[in-house]
Amino acid sequence: MGEIFVVVEHREEEIREITFQMLWKANELAQALSHSLTAVLLCDNGEAFVPEIGDRADRVILVEDESLKNFSAERYKEILKGLIEEYNPFLTLMGHTPWGMEFAPALSIKTGLPLATDCVDILIEDGNPKVIRQIYNGKLFSKVSFKASEGYLITQRPGAFPTDKVGDRQGELIKKEIPADIPEPRKQFVEFVDTAAGEMDISQAEFLVSVGRGVGEEENIKVVQDLVDTLGGVISCSRPVVDKNWLPKFHQVGTSGKTVKPKVYLALGISGAFQHVAGISGAGTVIAVNKDKKAPIFRVADYGVVDDLFKVVEALKKKLSA
Amino acid sequence: MNIIVCVKRVPLTQEVDLEIDPSKRDVRSDMLAYVMNEWDNYAIEEAILLKEKLEGTVTAMTIGSEDDEEVLRRCLAMGADKAIRVDPGTLELDSFTISKILAAVIKGLDHDLVLTGVQAEDNNEGAVGIMLAEHLGLAHSAVVVGIEPEGNEATIRVELEGGIDEVSKIGLPAVLSIQTGINEPRYVSIMGIRKAAKKELNVIELGELELSEDDLLTRTTIEEIFLPPETEGAEIIEGDASTIAEEIIRIIKEKGVSI
Ligand SMILES: Cc1cc2nc3c(=O)[nH]c(=O)nc-3n(C[C@H](O)[C@H](O)[C@H](O)COP(=O)(O)OP(=O)(O)OC[C@H]3O[C@@H](n4cnc5c(N)ncnc54)[C@H](O)[C@@H]3O)c2cc1C
Ligand SMILES: Nc1ncnc2c1ncn2[C@@H]1O[C@H](COP(=O)(O)O)[C@@H](O)[C@H]1O
Repeated sequence: MGEIFVVVEHREEEIREITFQMLWKANELAQALSHSLTAVLLCDNGEAFVPEIGDRADRVILVEDESLKNFSAERYKEILKGLIEEYNPFLTLMGHTPWGMEFAPALSIKTGLPLATDCVDILIEDGNPKVIRQIYNGKLFSKVSFKASEGYLITQRPGAFPTDKVGDRQGELIKKEIPADIPEPRKQFVEFVDTAAGEMDISQAEFLVSVGRGVGEEENIKVVQDLVDTLGGVISCSRPVVDKNWLPKFHQVGTSGKTVKPKVYLALGISGAFQHVAGISGAGTVIAVNKDKKAPIFRVADYGVVDDLFKVVEALKKKLSA
Repeated sequence: MNIIVCVKRVPLTQEVDLEIDPSKRDVRSDMLAYVMNEWDNYAIEEAILLKEKLEGTVTAMTIGSEDDEEVLRRCLAMGADKAIRVDPGTLELDSFTISKILAAVIKGLDHDLVLTGVQAEDNNEGAVGIMLAEHLGLAHSAVVVGIEPEGNEATIRVELEGGIDEVSKIGLPAVLSIQTGINEPRYVSIMGIRKAAKKELNVIELGELELSEDDLLTRTTIEEIFLPPETEGAEIIEGDASTIAEEIIRIIKEKGVSI
């Protein structure tokens, strides 16, 4: 019987949602393949975490050490290499998160196992894993196969699967010591800093009018702000608008910005990259305006307008002032 | 401080109706316009800013065809000192082979810092930089939004989720993947690009590099690409601008927002 590893992601005493999403998918794969499911937990205090994941896996391998309080790509890669050699998992799932991106590719080189990143689905065909990915920012999908190997590494896109508990598993706890010869990491944690706080909290807004790169230039933000002033909503935006300093960071919606839950989200000139739409899954109704009828935002929106955003903005202003 | 920046030329795909080519493994490229990968634009700018502060050299590097030299010329115009293109010929590329080739070249160059983009806009993998770091045996970090070198280390900021940054110290030399917004990339004029034509641009053939057969074997293969499955999708509001505006206002009100 083979094995599927899920590498637990946690921060500041909390398990990250991606972990539950990986356990969800791993449960399905483990059932289909009759493999066992192992959660791998590297941390300084396992007692706090084990109850939350214990009944979602057949085994919890716990490596507990003071030095694992904060994430360290170098420690993760060294410890996981050892565990992969010992247990030979068929699949190892990690999150396609900033931390996953920092250690998974290095682990692939270190172990010699092939890696596919940012996967939105994992299939088994004739006993071989294949993954579905999105390319060109979601405009197309690709099906990717691996070079034949003893095991395969996959990073899973956040939000691709549910977080619910599925399956009926009783995790056996296996404690492992941190390898004695593990090198001192060359990257050392200092602190976390919150950059998203600001004058206003867009996550509390009932109605958001959100601008993307399609707004074209800084001056045009005013055109949209005018509309917002008449409509009575709050302005938010996608990342490029913040990158260009057209709006302050606290207006940004998405994985690296805010998660919002307005009754209505009006997206103007936003293409719908996953890092953006991950932030609006809690929105009641999404209305998207985009010139490109193939823009991925139309796959998540409830209503769409395929047109120039300025034409729509002007028409809205006219209606409201009439 | 000597800095190497890996850059890639990618097609512009917004507002373009992408067509799948007969191989089913790629898009038809003849209709597309190309630019420098957005993330790499920030990476090269960051390298030049560091050089302006700390002196040293900036070398831009790409693996690609002659057409891809366009992005190297842009880097030279922005202020890079040298550029290198490795010609892969007809070799199949994935993040593994790309990182192997980059490593084979970088090994022979003086480097305190190697910068890549977080991800390439075309394949969105986010893998090459950190694979490269492991080949070179260097410290590494991904999604970096701040770098302050001081002696043989640097204080860096990594962007995590929800607006949280993680501040760390990292030993140099290191490989960092750069996130958008870390700086404001400078404008490059056509004149600037012309002027930079005099700067050094070396072309390396694969055969000149110390690479084994295994090093050049991809570990992942795109079997096919396809259009997204037709899900329910948005209900498209049609009509003239005035009708559309009316409908949008109706929906907003219907959903309980008072405007
Ligand atoms: C680690 C990481 C974290 C990230 N975090 C976030 C995040 O939190 N939030 C976020 O938004 N992004 C985030 N991104 C970036 C994300 O991948 C995309 O690059 C970004 O969301 C694109 O923003 P956009 O849709 O505004 O721009 P684009 O993708 O350039 O889209 C612009 C759209 O505007 C349309 N358009 C152009 N002109 C007009 C017009 N006149 N009228 C109507 N439509 C028009 C175009 O058709 C296009 O679809 C992150 C990326 C990474 C790698
Ligand atoms: N062909 C290439 N030549 C040089 N650098 C590349 C190439 N492909 C990818 N890179 C670098 O690796 C980064 C991440 O790309 P990827 O892992 O493909 O998403 C890019 O931002 C570039 O810095």
